[in-house]
Amino acid sequence: MKTGMRLSWRAGLGFAVGAAVLFAVAPVALSDFRLSLLAKYLCLAMVAVGIGLAWGRGGLLTLGQGVFFGLGGYAMAMHMKLADAGPGEMPDFMQLYGQLDALPWWWRPFANPAFALPATVLLPMLVAFLLGSLVFRRRVRGAYFAILSQALAAAMAILLIGQQGTTGGTNGLTDFQGFFGYDLDDPVNQRMVYFIVAGVLLLLLALCRQLMQSRYGELLVAVRDSEERVRFLGYDPANVKLVAYVTAAGMAGLAGALFVPAVGIINPALIGIVPSIEFVIGVAVGGRASLLGPVLGAVAVAWARTTLSEEFPAAWTYLQGLLFVLVVAFLPGGLASVARLVRRRRRPPPDPAPVSPAPVLTQEVTA
Amino acid sequence: MSGLVVRDLRVVFDGFVAVDGVDLEVAPGDIRFLIGPNGAGKTTLVDAVTGLARATGSVRFGDDELLGRPVHRIARMGVGRTFQTATVFEELTVLQNLDIAAGAGRGVLTMLRRRRSVPAAVSSALETIGLADLRDRPAGALAHGQKQWLEIGMLLVQDVKLLLLDEPVAGMSHDERDATGELLRVVSADRTVVVIEHDMDFMRSFANTVTVLHAGKVLSEGTVAQVQADPAVQQVYLGVG
Repeated sequence: MKTGMRLSWRAGLGFAVGAAVLFAVAPVALSDFRLSLLAKYLCLAMVAVGIGLAWGRGGLLTLGQGVFFGLGGYAMAMHMKLADAGPGEMPDFMQLYGQLDALPWWWRPFANPAFALPATVLLPMLVAFLLGSLVFRRRVRGAYFAILSQALAAAMAILLIGQQGTTGGTNGLTDFQGFFGYDLDDPVNQRMVYFIVAGVLLLLLALCRQLMQSRYGELLVAVRDSEERVRFLGYDPANVKLVAYVTAAGMAGLAGALFVPAVGIINPALIGIVPSIEFVIGVAVGGRASLLGPVLGAVAVAWARTTLSEEFPAAWTYLQGLLFVLVVAFLPGGLASVARLVRRRRRPPPDPAPVSPAPVLTQEVTA
Repeated sequence: MSGLVVRDLRVVFDGFVAVDGVDLEVAPGDIRFLIGPNGAGKTTLVDAVTGLARATGSVRFGDDELLGRPVHRIARMGVGRTFQTATVFEELTVLQNLDIAAGAGRGVLTMLRRRRSVPAAVSSALETIGLADLRDRPAGALAHGQKQWLEIGMLLVQDVKLLLLDEPVAGMSHDERDATGELLRVVSADRTVVVIEHDMDFMRSFANTVTVLHAGKVLSEGTVAQVQADPAVQQVYLGVG
């Protein structure tokens, strides 16, 4: 009870510090350009929060979060394109390519924000639910699940590139004018987008923390460590995994939806295999099983990518690979585990388990 | 309390007959030991009863037919088992292990909230298995025997009516074996217990009834004394010890 109180007090302080940094320090300390970069990183961090839950706690190595990120991103981008074009008009790129006479039927509902906004989250969740139901019930797991999820990311990127007339192909959807009536070229509005992104990230962290500390969170770890045993306790592990996978997909979708106004583009190169793997690298570097590790890892890796690829464009890929190998080999708990490792070095190890409480047992039986 | 009734159970793996027409009746509240040489089909029999291995024939527990149901459904009908190697959730604490075992029937809202108090079934199980002082210790840090007790405790909070234990005292010290045996007696007061065991001393001390399996078939059945006196058993098995 006492530890529970102290933990929640610490968590409250943590959130307060996080909010202060994101809402007070960063907007003052960073230029508009750097702040919008930070908004981009925070969007990637939202995906990482979901991966931390699904992979870190649930053992689901999902190498295809780009799919859900993309679904959310394209849903938002389609709405913004249609809003820019005005009622009844086709988006600029469709008119430019000139292949179509009318708006495709599946574009139409996205003109309505009451459909498009929920769809950015619900569409990825629906896809994850359908896929997860099939895969988890058939007991596909481990590397097979990872490869399957990665193939899906590849398939989606290829599909988008092939449908240039309706999806913008390799170029994706870009060149947005406004975001729900606000001019995106105005720095004040860019700042507003940043605040929305930061607020949503904090909300997702709170949601994820609640899930991790709940009974469900304990059960998820149990499924990760011994799925068969959980089944013999009367649970269906497929459902347990499904909840984590669908939640992570929803977070990735929301991240994609906010990425579009924050960065101003969504295209296949942002959602295919490479970005999907980069999401996972960020999570691994930060510490997949912790709450904050994935966020810090995602931001750190994205920041390093921007900084280093400005200096050494060709070397970044190798550096990133090296970083991943080093973390997996020498620091499996990620950056989040460094503090714990240092603390353990300083303190003597705890007493080993007292041996054999057997006498207690016999006493009780004879009593 | 319900008993276990197995009729003409057959389990075949790729043409190899692991369990070959076994009939078995375990009375409610019995402590039945299943013994037999390696490869006799003991573990496979338990696998079939708990839904892990496909089988033909019939397995009834109380009024329910178990064959053909998925593992987690059978578990919810009050059938629990342990494994030869203790499988507890190593990264979770003793308390968390037990709390999960108690929770298969929980609703969504309960699952999404934090555990605020220790359920009564969990605290009484902690006392019964003697791990109350270690409840906040990660299960992975427990000694071997303690892990086995934790597994049995998980079955208790799961509120199973039939416990199937696969070599529960393997690798235990003498004192730990005795404690485990006493625990089985306590547990069988309102449950039916089936134990697979190679340890003959342990069997003599704590078995109520014994079934000897050999090559997938029932070779002999009865009290410890009856089974030991059976010439067929002496020939294939007990004669060695």
